[in-house]
Amino acid sequence: MVPLSAYVAVSAVLFITGLLGVVIRRNFIIVLMSVEIMLNAANINLVAFSHYLESMAGQLVALFIIAIAAGEAAIGLAIIIVVFRGKISTNVDEMNLLKW
Amino acid sequence: MVLVFFAYFALASIAAGVMTVSLKNPVHCGLALLALLLHVSGLFIILNAEFLWAVQVIVYAGAILVLYLFVLMLMNLKTDDRYFHSSYLYFLVPAAIGSLYVLALLIRSPFGGAKGDAPAEAILRDGDTHAVGIKMFSEYLLQFEIVGVFLLGAVIGAIVLAKTPKPANKERKA
Repeated sequence: MVPLSAYVAVSAVLFITGLLGVVIRRNFIIVLMSVEIMLNAANINLVAFSHYLESMAGQLVALFIIAIAAGEAAIGLAIIIVVFRGKISTNVDEMNLLKW
Repeated sequence: MVLVFFAYFALASIAAGVMTVSLKNPVHCGLALLALLLHVSGLFIILNAEFLWAVQVIVYAGAILVLYLFVLMLMNLKTDDRYFHSSYLYFLVPAAIGSLYVLALLIRSPFGGAKGDAPAEAILRDGDTHAVGIKMFSEYLLQFEIVGVFLLGAVIGAIVLAKTPKPANKERKA
């Protein structure tokens, strides 16, 4: 039997990997992919607690998180397309449209 | 046996996550993200959540990741040599120290709590999909509807954002 803390540890490592990706990558699309890694880490945590504490609530919240990740990906990629259409590169440190 | 599968899925998903963050070519990053999603879905199978496994494979790996790869290939990005942020080394050491501390805390804690109303035998008897469906359409109906409205808003927002702008040739006659 795998202990619950093993799942929590895997989820923590994945979450920190995604956080590092958000912080250190320059390509905006890779930053969004790192956000997906973080959401997946949260999902592992929720499903593991749902299994070990014998409640369905964790799996339902994980489903809602997947739906929200889909919306986030659609909006984020649409924003990338808009920015890229203005001949601005997709590097996050060169995007300053909203700065004034 | 479960332990072997857990170790494989956990190590492979962590390795795929590290590759997603560290590879240079964005398409390779997307494929590493695909590997990560599939191995995380394997973890869901170990946890008796086969409905979430199917949703993960179909929605995440099948739809969201395809969207990412579509945009990547649509934009034809060229990767520059300096693909990390300029001062990322300053982040790495504090992140490593902090994450090791958090990991030590997590592994030591017992994680007890009040048990809910869905033990593993009940889920295995009727199937996970049945349990999720009963719960979602009774107790979580309001949240389900809210997610539906949210997705509608996301779809409309994506269409409005990514639509080709009209050529602005109508000068205002003063």
